[in-house]
Amino acid sequence: MSQYLFYILSLLTAFSAMMVVFSRKPVYSVLYMIFCFFTIAGHYILLNAQFLAAVHVIVYSGAIMVLFLYVIMMLNLNKESEPHKSNIAKTAAVVSGGLLLMVLVSVFKSADGLAINPAFDSQIGMVEVLGMVLYEKYLLPFEVSALLFLTAMIGATMLGKKEGGAQS
Amino acid sequence: MSEIPLSHILFVSTALFFIGMYGMFTRRNMITMLMSIELMLNSVNINFIAFNKYLFPGNLDGLFFTIFIITIAAAEAAVAIAIIINLYRNHKSIDVEEADALKH
Repeated sequence: MSQYLFYILSLLTAFSAMMVVFSRKPVYSVLYMIFCFFTIAGHYILLNAQFLAAVHVIVYSGAIMVLFLYVIMMLNLNKESEPHKSNIAKTAAVVSGGLLLMVLVSVFKSADGLAINPAFDSQIGMVEVLGMVLYEKYLLPFEVSALLFLTAMIGATMLGKKEGGAQS
Repeated sequence: MSEIPLSHILFVSTALFFIGMYGMFTRRNMITMLMSIELMLNSVNINFIAFNKYLFPGNLDGLFFTIFIITIAAAEAAVAIAIIINLYRNHKSIDVEEADALKH
């Protein structure tokens, strides 16, 4: 059962990721990206990380992608479909990406010998277990990420100001 | 449950990474390039979760790496969107080929 679910989810993930890259209009790209994030959240649930799936949907689909959609609609960027790069750039991208892909796939083929295939434990990915570890073992990175958010907020405000940032 | 081989999950994340890399190389729209970066970050996240489950099922370190990657991606998206708006204000487009003020 979970096997079929995994393969269907994988096909959907790959398809929507390709549509993100290949669709001409940015709004369609963003919508396919949201779909792609939902399928990735499905992968997380299959991989025993339920809380992470919820966080992923909330943060990525709910916050980041809505921000993207908002910017595209505010700047009215959907009217022109930009010309893609030359065929040389595309060929270079396919060749370099494909070579590295071959190397990685041949490495990952041998990863099955390492796996110990644990049983599905429904409690590992839940919020109680995660919260205990987060506030004991990972307290310092947690605080540092709060500082990071503060810095990002100040930076975004500075850049978005009319007279600040680059002189026009 | 969990008869899915580890390598198949890794293949999915590898495919996702290189789709993102192709988009990064070939698109000129800055928002789409940003989305390609998000795709690559997500493939790394899938790898972390898969290795956490299959190699160290008792630990939670992979999950926390993923949570912090999501945190950083959110902060990065906010700053990048501000930069894109500024670029649009100065150039009236977000085509990266037109932002060549430092080139000449």
